[in-house]
Amino acid sequence: MLYKKPQIQYYPYIVQRDDYKCVRCLGCVEQCSYDATFYDEELDVIWNKHEACVGCKRCEAMCPTDAIKIVPNPSRPYEHGSWKWDLVMDAYLQANTGSIIITGIGNDKPYRVYFDHLLIDACQVTNPSIDPLREPMELRTFLGRKGQRIELDETVDGNLALKTRLAPQLQLETPIMFSAMSYGSINLNFQESMARAAVQLGTYWNTGEGGLHKRLYPYAGSGIVQVASGRFGVSRDYLKAAAAVEIKIGQGAKPGIGGHLPGEKVNADIAETRMIPRGSDAISPAPHHDIYSIEDLRQLIYAIKEATRYEKPVFVKIAAVHNIAAIASGVARAGADVIVLDGFRGGTGAAPKVVRDHVGIPVEVAIAVVDKRLRDEGMRNEVSIVATGGIRSSADVIKAIALGADAIYIATAAMLAIGCTLCQTCNTGRCAWGITTNDPRLARRQNPEIATEQLANLVKGWSHEMKEMLGAMGINSIESLKGNRLRLRTIGLSEKESEILGVLPAGM
Amino acid sequence: MQKVVIVEDFCIACYNCEVACVATHSRSEEPIKAYKRENLRGRSNALVEVNGPIAFSAMCRHCKHPWCLDTCISGAIQRLDNGIVYLDEERCVGCWGCVLGCPYGVAHPNLKGEEKHAFKCDLCIDRLEAGLKPACVEACPNKALIYDETMEETEGAYNR
Ligand code: SF4
Ligand code: SF4
Ligand code: SF4
Ligand code: SF4
Ligand code: SF4
Repeated sequence: MLYKKPQIQYYPYIVQRDDYKCVRCLGCVEQCSYDATFYDEELDVIWNKHEACVGCKRCEAMCPTDAIKIVPNPSRPYEHGSWKWDLVMDAYLQANTGSIIITGIGNDKPYRVYFDHLLIDACQVTNPSIDPLREPMELRTFLGRKGQRIELDETVDGNLALKTRLAPQLQLETPIMFSAMSYGSINLNFQESMARAAVQLGTYWNTGEGGLHKRLYPYAGSGIVQVASGRFGVSRDYLKAAAAVEIKIGQGAKPGIGGHLPGEKVNADIAETRMIPRGSDAISPAPHHDIYSIEDLRQLIYAIKEATRYEKPVFVKIAAVHNIAAIASGVARAGADVIVLDGFRGGTGAAPKVVRDHVGIPVEVAIAVVDKRLRDEGMRNEVSIVATGGIRSSADVIKAIALGADAIYIATAAMLAIGCTLCQTCNTGRCAWGITTNDPRLARRQNPEIATEQLANLVKGWSHEMKEMLGAMGINSIESLKGNRLRLRTIGLSEKESEILGVLPAGM
Repeated sequence: MQKVVIVEDFCIACYNCEVACVATHSRSEEPIKAYKRENLRGRSNALVEVNGPIAFSAMCRHCKHPWCLDTCISGAIQRLDNGIVYLDEERCVGCWGCVLGCPYGVAHPNLKGEEKHAFKCDLCIDRLEAGLKPACVEACPNKALIYDETMEETEGAYNR
């Protein structure tokens, strides 16, 4: 049949191959996991089924003679101010399938990125800036409840000793952690790489809701383990091994939506780690079925604290949604040591596109309003704030911290560090970069030895840049920047937006 | 002696090693010219084998007891002092003894060139002398080929 339906014929990408430069090594054929590239032996030519290409650029990266370029198809559907080409394609697609469109990565719609409307201060004349190469500069951060005051005791030999029992703290050498990505949604090579990089960097990684694989127990001391609505992999050893426990209520990419790892992806290893039968669907319900109120949440928080002998901070992760300040206040009152705010630009392995693109609020706004609310209520010291979902650079980290966060999590940035090209097909399980797949042919594309180094490099690079920015501001410790919104100015925002962010406009 | 260690766990079948091997053994040392002008397609000493999820690049193991040498009727194959098993293509008469004798299948017959001779990995002897790593090792993007002077000579020595 030669006729192709519009959503196939108006494909988004064209694989351009310079046939003279192509030496027929067949690398691209092998690399393409979407069946878009073929070798025709009879004609001795490499063909592409452009309509199958997802634009992952894997073949382009691997071609030894630079013969391939993946380019947007200029004949994508026409668009105008309101109907963008992808909306047209979605309409075509759904007219054929009648089903929900599932996608991966994060919100790609051009909503305002508040980080890009915030400017950072620097010192001139009246207060000196600091050169981080010559003077000490501290990024060390402690996460956990700080309490109202401490009491000291005098010991027999006249020294002072701490009388107050401090709440458990996580010590981070840099306020950048690796966010929750579960084994199952990503593969073990990538998870191991994050774990190894976290150990190397003196920071933390997060298991996500898929349990802790036995191979990763040696890195669990730098690990935060998740307890999510599916309770996968939660066991005594799991809680015991970790540095902290995170209760996942929501995810920025899909607030109010649960998770679903289809049975065909649940291989023996994933099944063992998640503690579910092999081949069974791993379904995380949208809500925790035992949490319908702040009081219920408090019960779970304290159940976990009790189980971990009050030795580990308990995180509660919530998606940034309307009324986030009130919700966070409730979470703090429920006894969380750390609140994780996940903005609507956060990533996901799979989510309904309509939810990914239209539900939730930006993390910048969430940090600002939550920090303010907790201060107003006199309980900011009772809980740390970790921001995630849309952190793209060291400048974003500095801005997030100045807005009121204690630390941040990265996930999409971590995937970029190991090759992700944002092709948004994580949900297919065929990631050509070997990141969001457990296909043994693809997972081996991440060699933990290489990936660990790349991840550590990214965080090191950002940390150096943060020190430079702090130095320019005349600050020698990240602590002094926390919630210091006077070091920020807005640009191009309305008065109301500036007011919500609690930041003065540029020029003031 | 040292040889290229093949790390089966991480070969992703990208064929960069093959192209690098062809290029480095060409006159131009340029992949496109080597394939298109010098007609060296199919002349890689490294051969990527793919079977389902498993892939690896196979090249001469530079055996302590070279079976290929045993079978060579013309004296084209020698074991050099540094341990490299070297096939002199000029002296090879094309009897295919080594092709049959090599238990790893890494001595290849040159079937399409005008000259009839066999070819196999020379461990990039010229590059080694220049202080470089073998071309395939340098080209491998996923550390699936390793050349480590400190690594002991044992088959399958590489264990994570
Ligand atoms: S990877 Fe490049 S050189 Fe190799 S077959 Fe594909 S286009 Fe040709
Ligand atoms: S590897 Fe990726 S970019 Fe290349 S043809 Fe396949 S889907 Fe398209
Ligand atoms: S060609 Fe085969 S037999 Fe000869 S040295 Fe190499 S691996 Fe050994
Ligand atoms: S060591 Fe050199 S000659 Fe041997 S396979 Fe590698 S590139 Fe080819
Ligand atoms: S270059 Fe490395 S990963 Fe690519 S085919 Fe050769 S051995 Fe495998």
